[in-house]
Amino acid sequence: MNRAEAPLIEVDRLVRHFDVSPPLLNRLFEGGRRRILKAVDGVSFAIRRGETFSLVGESGCGKSTVARLMVGLYRPTGGDIRFEGMEIGGREGSANRKLVQRRMQMIFQDPYASLNPRWRVRDIVAEPIRAREGRLPAAVLAERVGGLLRQVGLASADGEKYPHEFSGGQRQRISIARALAGKPEFLVADEPTSALDVSVQAQILNLMRDLQRQFGLTYLFISHNLAVVYHVSDRVGVMYLGQLVEVAAVKALFGRPRHPYTRLLLDALPDLEMSGRGRTPVAGEVPSPIDPPSGCTFHPRCPHADARCRGERPRFHVHGEAMVACHAVEEGRI
Amino acid sequence: MAVPALANEPLLRVEDLRVEFPTRRGRLTAVDGVSFEIAPGEVLGVVGESGAGKSLTGAAIIGLLEPPGKITGGQIVLEGQRIDNLPYHEMRQIRGRRIGAIFQDPLTSLNPLYTIGRQLTETIRTHLPLGETAARERALALLRAVGIPAAEQRIDQYPHQFSGGMRQRVVIALALAAEPRLIIADEPTTALDVSIQAQIIALLKRLCREHGTAVMLVTHDMGVIAETADRVAVMYAGRIVEIGPVREVVRHARHPYTVGLMGSIPLVGRDVARLAQIDGAMPRLNAIPLGCAFNPRCQKAFDICRTQRPDLRRVGPVAVACHLFDMPPADAGRPP
Repeated sequence: MNRAEAPLIEVDRLVRHFDVSPPLLNRLFEGGRRRILKAVDGVSFAIRRGETFSLVGESGCGKSTVARLMVGLYRPTGGDIRFEGMEIGGREGSANRKLVQRRMQMIFQDPYASLNPRWRVRDIVAEPIRAREGRLPAAVLAERVGGLLRQVGLASADGEKYPHEFSGGQRQRISIARALAGKPEFLVADEPTSALDVSVQAQILNLMRDLQRQFGLTYLFISHNLAVVYHVSDRVGVMYLGQLVEVAAVKALFGRPRHPYTRLLLDALPDLEMSGRGRTPVAGEVPSPIDPPSGCTFHPRCPHADARCRGERPRFHVHGEAMVACHAVEEGRI
Repeated sequence: MAVPALANEPLLRVEDLRVEFPTRRGRLTAVDGVSFEIAPGEVLGVVGESGAGKSLTGAAIIGLLEPPGKITGGQIVLEGQRIDNLPYHEMRQIRGRRIGAIFQDPLTSLNPLYTIGRQLTETIRTHLPLGETAARERALALLRAVGIPAAEQRIDQYPHQFSGGMRQRVVIALALAAEPRLIIADEPTTALDVSIQAQIIALLKRLCREHGTAVMLVTHDMGVIAETADRVAVMYAGRIVEIGPVREVVRHARHPYTVGLMGSIPLVGRDVARLAQIDGAMPRLNAIPLGCAFNPRCQKAFDICRTQRPDLRRVGPVAVACHLFDMPPADAGRPP
């Protein structure tokens, strides 16, 4: 298969459960039962080389858990993750993961928590280089670190400072420099701009786009902000309670949303153009992922739900340009 | 019901407000000469990035500035009465009764040890001459008004038994408990998901319309301002740089900072390869540049911007603090 066409990353029925049961003794004496939180419950998608794939959804939908599964911070409970066709998710994958681990990096949401406050910036940025290439002459290392800092819009001299001397936006630049230091091909960015002011967000999003062009990076971008997702993505997956409900190219998803939940999210967008559209408030809230509703987990909030939706979990099917998991769309009811 | 206090008196008038923080290395000015008015029933949005002074302006009005921050200049007038210099116990009676407050994190406004019913009735009885039963009736009515389902059962529950969106509804009910004339809402929807955000904004708008309550809505989210506010004030480095009807400011921003801010917001349907970018960051309080605080980041800055601080002046329907709008070109020799 053509290298450019084959997906860089494939995720196949990925599952991650967390055991949130009370401790064993409490269960024995108080009769509590095991409680499993299905954070990610059968998610499949593929990311092509050089594209930006975004996962969007509200708090608790499992998008950050997917991000952490991708870079190996969590182990999947089930399903596969394949990097260039190589299995890196499950038990068999752990040897393979070592091979590819260095080709992926992650940028975290909180630039205050993700940088070691006791390290100088030059050491933070040099760490992935040391891990990857072992000991290098100090001058070579300094040159590499200086180059990376300049690449993300900081000065080489900033390497001498500590993280607390920087603003939130500058810290996120340091995080990006650190991520780039490992020469990754695949970057997972978990809400990289959510903690930043809009003008700083614009700087970081522009920087990420420039770097993608320059190095041919592939991004998995996690965000709750639909406008940001619209701006950065090539394709988008919408998550709800641990499952993907719709995957489509960005224009198709925003131009013609199919799943009722996607429509709900788009209707709830603030109207900055002041067209007088007025957003439609939606009734209800996201239910608890510990005890999700039966059938289609969205059915209690869905205006199109019927008996089938309450009983049977919808499967992903191709619908026009999109992949949708919805009985009503499949049956042509909406 | 909206009762005009005095014929031409705005509900709230803030004049030349100044908030300072004394530090070992001198005094930091966090709010620097801010003036605005809010009419009865009006929603004034105050927008700006972190450190612009928008939350401190709100805190100064309700008398909840965290020490050592204090008001060092100007005045705050509520319905003709000056309130910035009131003693603590008098301000306490105004807070809640005449000015309500909604904060970003509903958990900081709610006491985790009391049922929400107790917190509501306590607030109601502090400010209104009602007995226990009548206060509970009113609490129930408030919970229903803010859209809490099964209010009869929920009233006896504790804050942790509510979801984030429901908690924020309870906080709104608390803020409305004594029918204040003004509500200061500081990032009321920032901690909430988009679908819940829309619910809370619709609720706030409806309640204010029904009760004629004025709102000062402090947020960094231009989208929330655009669909909620009547007028908007844009703050930068402790000062208002532009203020006017929300439609004007959003669609025809005049101040270069507002223009940059609007351009940097990604929008669904706006196809741009790169977002407009304002380089640099807002200055720290100990390093506010001479002249216009925005001049080091401003593409259009010229000589006078680096030496003279621009004041707000009327430009069509809005007021802008920018030398680009000086008419005629101000002579550089004028004392600052």
